[in-house]
Amino acid sequence: MNALFEYLLRVGDDSLILGHRLSEWCGHGPILEEDIAMTNIALDLVGQATSILKYAGEVEGKNRSEDDLAFLRFDRDYRNLLLVEQPNGDFGMTMMRQFLFDAYRKPLFEQLTNSSDSQLAAIAEKSLKETKYHLRHSAEWTIRLGDGTEESHQRVQEALDTLWRYTPEMFIDDEIESELRKTGVTFSVEELHASWTKIAKEVFDEATLVIPDNNWEQSGGRKGYHSEHLGYILAELQYMQRAYPGMKW
Amino acid sequence: MVTEKEIWQHLDDVFDPEIPVLTVADLGIVRKVEVSPKEITITITPTYSGCPAMQRIESDIREKISEVVDIPVRVTLVLAPAWTTDWITETGKKKLEEYGIAPPVDEPDKSVLFAEPIVVPCPKCTSKNTRMISQFGSTACKAHYQCNDCQEPFDYFKCLR
Repeated sequence: MNALFEYLLRVGDDSLILGHRLSEWCGHGPILEEDIAMTNIALDLVGQATSILKYAGEVEGKNRSEDDLAFLRFDRDYRNLLLVEQPNGDFGMTMMRQFLFDAYRKPLFEQLTNSSDSQLAAIAEKSLKETKYHLRHSAEWTIRLGDGTEESHQRVQEALDTLWRYTPEMFIDDEIESELRKTGVTFSVEELHASWTKIAKEVFDEATLVIPDNNWEQSGGRKGYHSEHLGYILAELQYMQRAYPGMKW
Repeated sequence: MVTEKEIWQHLDDVFDPEIPVLTVADLGIVRKVEVSPKEITITITPTYSGCPAMQRIESDIREKISEVVDIPVRVTLVLAPAWTTDWITETGKKKLEEYGIAPPVDEPDKSVLFAEPIVVPCPKCTSKNTRMISQFGSTACKAHYQCNDCQEPFDYFKCLR
């Protein structure tokens, strides 16, 4: 198994699937500004996915393009976190999912800008600048909704309770991570977890939200075992290429 | 044979498709021009990862330069060093303001969270009494603001560092 290829699929698929999820809000945002914000963020994520999957294809060396990887794999071959494929729910659910993810991606890209793999470092440097804006946006909404009305507080607390079980998957330290760490391609998962926890705590305190004490964990995405939601996403995402193989416009 | 300098001059005639007052040179996205007897290579870098204008810019550059040379023109994309709004030229910033888009305010982002909002002067009446409506505007590179004095809603080309 090519560890770098696997790793790039993880980072790239997270961007691709969350980008797709956010794009589902297009035309359905609660207010125009948020409709535009969510689709802007979706665009950044899909753009990141393009760079990462393109590089993954080169690393794999089987002549697969970023489009081949995005549109022509089966569900078991996707390596995204279960978190990012969870349904949008209400706006509070979407913002909570986004915050939990952004708070992980910012320190991750900060680490990866120092990667010994220069192309991965370049992608991280580019993506980090965008991710800072994403995090500010989702953190502000988490605070606004959490410390808002009784109803907004309740809804966003429920979102946190629902999504919390998917967060440990971001910090699983497996053979891919340790393999890449040997050559300085990736860095300490423990430190990443600590940075994430710091951001999350700071924001949840301000938002008057309570981290659930239930430690139930749900994972599998990194190994290709997904929730039923991914199948529906792929049915939509891959439809054109499956119905009209090789089509372009 | 065409010189590198001449190519740069011709790049002044290639405009950004989304903000047509700016040239690709004003934006600072052209990183390198290499001239050899057989080929011209122009290296560009994207503003944002998902910027949908990049493909258009790439083909516009190829088209424009192909008009003036008779050797193949290659446009390549690099990600590092990552583009920053500091690379927008002074002329570019002036053009943005005249066009009604507030140019990036020269202020580094110290913190991602809980940062004090920056002051963006209104491009119409120059008042500093403005407010941010949304961090995300009509394109990936812009935020949406409004002037509290003249009421003008305007785009702000957000600082990316």
